[in-house]
Amino acid sequence: MNPDVPLLEMVGVSKAFGPTQALSDVSLSVVAGKVLALVGENGAGKSTLLKILSGAHHADRGEMRIAGHLFRPANPHDARAAGVAMIYQELNLAPDLTVEDNILLGQAGTGWGTLLRGRLRPRVLDALQTVGLGELSPKAIVGALSVAQQQLIEIARALASNAKIILFDEPTSSLPKHDVERLFEIIRRLRETGIGVVYISHFLEEVRDICDTYTVLRDGHNAGGGVIDEVTDAQIVACMVGRDVADLFPKVPHTPGEPWVRVEDLSGQSSPLEVTVQLRRGEIFGVAGLVGAGRTELLRCIVGLDYCRTGVVYVDGQAAGHSLRARMTRGIGLVSEDRKSEGLAQELSIIDNMTLSNLAPYTKLGLLDLKKRGKAVAELMARLEVKARHGHQAISDLSGGNQQKVAIARILHQNADILLLDEPTKGIDVGTKAEIYRLMGELAAQGKTIVFVSSYLPELLAVCDRIGVMARGRLRDVRETSQWTEESVMECAIEIDGGGIDA
Amino acid sequence: MSATNLKSKRNPLVRAIQLILWSDLGPVVALFVILILFTLADNLWGSGRFLSMRNARVMLNSASLVAVPALGMTIIIIAGGIDLSAGTALTLCATALAILLKNDVSYMAAVPVVLLVGCACGAANGTIISTLRVVPFIVTLGSMTIYLGIGQILSGESTVFPPRENIPAWLIDLCSTGKPDVYYGWLPNIPRSVLFALVLACFVAVLLRYTVFGRSVFAIGSNESTARLCGINIPLTKILVYTIAGFFVAVGGVYHFANIKNGNPSEGVGLELQVIAAVVVGGGSLSGGRGSVLGTVTGAMIMAAIRSGCDQLSIPNPYQLIIIGAIIVIAVTMDRLREGSPEWLFRWLQSRSP
Repeated sequence: MNPDVPLLEMVGVSKAFGPTQALSDVSLSVVAGKVLALVGENGAGKSTLLKILSGAHHADRGEMRIAGHLFRPANPHDARAAGVAMIYQELNLAPDLTVEDNILLGQAGTGWGTLLRGRLRPRVLDALQTVGLGELSPKAIVGALSVAQQQLIEIARALASNAKIILFDEPTSSLPKHDVERLFEIIRRLRETGIGVVYISHFLEEVRDICDTYTVLRDGHNAGGGVIDEVTDAQIVACMVGRDVADLFPKVPHTPGEPWVRVEDLSGQSSPLEVTVQLRRGEIFGVAGLVGAGRTELLRCIVGLDYCRTGVVYVDGQAAGHSLRARMTRGIGLVSEDRKSEGLAQELSIIDNMTLSNLAPYTKLGLLDLKKRGKAVAELMARLEVKARHGHQAISDLSGGNQQKVAIARILHQNADILLLDEPTKGIDVGTKAEIYRLMGELAAQGKTIVFVSSYLPELLAVCDRIGVMARGRLRDVRETSQWTEESVMECAIEIDGGGIDA
Repeated sequence: MSATNLKSKRNPLVRAIQLILWSDLGPVVALFVILILFTLADNLWGSGRFLSMRNARVMLNSASLVAVPALGMTIIIIAGGIDLSAGTALTLCATALAILLKNDVSYMAAVPVVLLVGCACGAANGTIISTLRVVPFIVTLGSMTIYLGIGQILSGESTVFPPRENIPAWLIDLCSTGKPDVYYGWLPNIPRSVLFALVLACFVAVLLRYTVFGRSVFAIGSNESTARLCGINIPLTKILVYTIAGFFVAVGGVYHFANIKNGNPSEGVGLELQVIAAVVVGGGSLSGGRGSVLGTVTGAMIMAAIRSGCDQLSIPNPYQLIIIGAIIVIAVTMDRLREGSPEWLFRWLQSRSP
């Protein structure tokens, strides 16, 4: 093969979802026998890029070439046939099938609908050998293997299908540390066999360890790239976060009061770990961290939705009980990160969704006063400017931003004083985002406490009074917002000074 | 969203059909269409008795026999569950009533005991579903045969005939579809079973719409995670749902006994499917969150009308079964179309409307 022609080349690829431009004019190239790191903040467009490469999405513009030939996958199967294999963050194996059957799943070489296991056996064994699972029986049931072994089997599946390019999406996020080294060994081996690798990770030490080149995405654009040995970590981080912040963050003046909520030694199933923090009245407390750092779990433990191994939540000096109900009556309310599958009941009306958690004010002799309830909801809808024809409209008819307003309205309606907002601006247009920031400021000015989890650093830095950064389940550092910069938050989140995966 | 696209098309006929399809009154309209079709067919080829007062009484009575347990099933299905044991639990109740009356127990004691038996059957289902977290389909599949077994032990594996003089007069009259000899004011002799079923239906409609419990049921069926997030006590609500449904199964058992005046536990096998069919034909969604009392009652009447109509037309039973099966599938398909599924059929309909 001509070494001058990159194995995979993307030129000017753009993709929009409705009004949101997920990718604009992104280019990258992967050379055979090299590992390319794809880095960027959450929401920078990495997953969209991967989905376009693997055929799950189609680019609006731009073109892709594999070894010089035009590559335009109509679906994931096409991409697979062209030699692009993807190792997802969550594993995609059938746990009840054997190793062999998983590796052969959906592959050519089956005759007349029957699986010619015998003929394909050498290929399976070969692939297992390459990923260092030579001793494993092809007849073993996949579900009984460790996560690390399952991941290797995914790689073996990619090899058995003659993949030329393998995409890894944060492969170490679910691995124990000693398995990470083994994975790297195998990636190096793949590199030697002339396979092109795209490696996505938040952990810069990992990137430095096994990648040759890097490409940075920021807000859907190419923000930089080059040879990894020629830059420092700090330079890469600056490249990831360095964007100009427009005046999209309306400020409502508010002054935090005295501390009145104390979370003490809170530990969940695996995260959070030993989190202790005090919250003040009239304060917006930001929580930053990478995906999987345990931010969502922290909120769920505070509200009493997830099981906690240890820990007490004190409100106004009194322990607030452990059940969700108990915590709710003490004024804690959660807006879930996942509007679709948890936050809201999609087929039910706005009225139902807003009032579900607190129907007591409308109950008389066991019967609901629907008129009174409708009126209260109409007032809330006006106050939060929910755009809908009427309160009886189903939630699924509303835009993401209006759905989020309904979810926030619900915890206001249940008279929450401590509002836990998990990624409340995710998937929302810019205008509505600003409305939500303003609302948060107003609520803080009324003396409510807001805990604001977000992966979008500019909004945290603009809106919050204090920010805590989480990494691997722990609350690593809490400072006044003025003492943070985007760089220092990122450094803390990716544990640049704390040793990362080797710690 | 996509439904409104379809609604806005102009052709009046297509539009009319779509309006019916898309309004919540679909089942009611379907019932009328079926009644009209059978009346026409009956006048052409049948005995001409389909639209008589007597046949109306028979139809309404047989509809109420299904509708009463279907009221409970509606609550369960809205909550995202299913109860396969409804049929055998119902005949277990009927058998228990027959045995008690046969043994000279007064109905004043026997009926409450039977209602308790029904509630206990439901409560057992609900408790196992909530505490052991086994899916309702499996739990009630098991309890279906358990209740059948208990019924057969109680009845000694035979049909229990209580002596006629032990059965109170109101129970004999409950499902009577005889000559109109009684008038309630201006109301002609509608079978008492039907009147009482209507009262129960109103009760359930109020329960679902105007109580915290009712809203919790919809929330759980629509999205259990959301319900949990809102602090709804899901296990307790589920146990209540199945217990209340058990109550309606017991009332259905009393109806069943009143209708045939004996108790045979094996007759309930397969009855649950009629009950579920009534709910589903009436617009209930097996994935939960959707269903209505009006729909269920209409669904039960649609099934009764088809049976009766086929009888009047002397269509043999095997063909009746095929027709009823087809109606169930068609009804649910039309219902799913409201949500734009299946996509190919939805698109095809859209392309046909000018």
